[in-house]
Amino acid sequence: MAYSEKVKDHYTNPRNVGVIENASGVGTVGNAKCGDIMRMYLDIDDSTGIIKDCKFKTFGCGAAVATSSMATEMVKGKTIEEALKVTNKAVMEALDGLPPVKMHCSLLAEEAIHAALWDYAEKHGIKIEGLKKPVNDIEELEDEDEF
Amino acid sequence: MNRLIYMDNAATTFVDKRVLEAMLPYLTDMCFNPSSIYDGAQDVHAALDIARETIAKTLNANAREIYFTSCGTESDNFAIKGVAYANRDKGKHLITSKIEHHAVLHSMAALEKEGYEVTYLDVDENGLVDPATLDKAIRPDTILVSIMYANNEIGTIEPIKEISEVCKKHSVYLHVDAVQAYAHMPIDVVSDGIDMLSASGHKFNAMKGTGFLYIKKGVKIRNFMDGGAQEFRKRAGTENVAGIIGMAKATEIAHSEIEERMSHEKMIRDYIIDRILKEIPYSRLNGHREKRLTNNVNIGFEFIEGESMLLALNDIGVCASSGSACTSGSLDPSHVLLAIGLPHEKAHGSLRLTVDHTTSLDDAKLVCDNLPKIVERLRSMSPLYEDFIKNKK
Repeated sequence: MAYSEKVKDHYTNPRNVGVIENASGVGTVGNAKCGDIMRMYLDIDDSTGIIKDCKFKTFGCGAAVATSSMATEMVKGKTIEEALKVTNKAVMEALDGLPPVKMHCSLLAEEAIHAALWDYAEKHGIKIEGLKKPVNDIEELEDEDEF
Repeated sequence: MNRLIYMDNAATTFVDKRVLEAMLPYLTDMCFNPSSIYDGAQDVHAALDIARETIAKTLNANAREIYFTSCGTESDNFAIKGVAYANRDKGKHLITSKIEHHAVLHSMAALEKEGYEVTYLDVDENGLVDPATLDKAIRPDTILVSIMYANNEIGTIEPIKEISEVCKKHSVYLHVDAVQAYAHMPIDVVSDGIDMLSASGHKFNAMKGTGFLYIKKGVKIRNFMDGGAQEFRKRAGTENVAGIIGMAKATEIAHSEIEERMSHEKMIRDYIIDRILKEIPYSRLNGHREKRLTNNVNIGFEFIEGESMLLALNDIGVCASSGSACTSGSLDPSHVLLAIGLPHEKAHGSLRLTVDHTTSLDDAKLVCDNLPKIVERLRSMSPLYEDFIKNKK
């Protein structure tokens, strides 16, 4: 598995691992079946809408850990609107790419951000423009075409 | 940089220096085609005969029953498809187990697409095939049973003798994939009652691209490759002479010290298993504790995923393997771990360490000293572990 130096750096020394007690929003995505589960915690300033802190926990491979770590770095200090622009593509680019079989890991990071923001919006009874209700399971990319 | 600790011998092994030395002349001064007529070529031909004889002896077989192939996968394809095609007038039903190597499973699946029927036997929680279950699965149109000698992931050794007795009772051929077991434990095809046996050179310190299939005299099997007269006309193609000579040398060395190798490996294996199970909570041994290859450790760690463990081990110079999906290129974890009843999340968190006769106790210690920290760090990052601890309180 050829990982970029940035990916290696992020899975070896992941940033923002942990839990935020009484977080503004928490989102858990993925499933154990495909081997990746990611939980993201957000601490959001209610008056400014700025994400003051962001932490994660991830069960998964090197790519899943690295994308989680990078995603938390990218949303920290951003407004909710800006955080919504942190797409899987942006996370992947920030990591200098991922091997093709690991693309689904980057989807997980985007989904986790969205799920945490959705949780925040629900708790506060607000509607965030452009945010869709998260699905529980990320779409499984089946590749059973060996025969 | 850390020294390299290689614990992935089930994936491949280092070529023994004595093996390389035995091979070299056949790549240089003795590069002749063994089918040619001049003296040098006939000498090469004679060397191949001796290699065939050497390999046959290790199995209690006749040289005439050893067919050189390019790898274990080819041997499995040769045996399964060869018997299926040659015996289709008798029937089109085959039996195998759910924990076979993909070389067997995918050969079976290919036959299914051609109208053959395959029964995939369940195994118990240790990965053992039950001969009584096999007995019930055999039908009048069953032509072949293919069960592995020992499993490549969890190391469980199957009851081949009992399985062969069932096959004999019903007059059904038995093919055994012995890629992991051959040259790692004594095997006698006569007393075990095996009709066909696959082996692979690079699993016992010979080079990649070598292998053989034992085919008992009288087994009805179709040619695997059509062409020249090599391999008793069953598998055409100019022989990989140097590779074959090396494979024979490797098996000769392995068998000359097989008891010592096994007892050394067993000591290392048991040291690792005992320490990990004792020192790391929520860990379990996959595969049978006693009926197990001497070089195989396979342990599942709850709440963490295998690839991240391998990456952390790689950082300290340890080469290992996992049944995690992420290491296979698909999203599904190991079919073997699922077949022994592990749920998906547990199947993802397995670690396979396969040692060899050169693995030192210091190597084993280093791995055991570091593993608890690695597992603890990954668990501290795991949402599954977080939930588990929360629910426990």
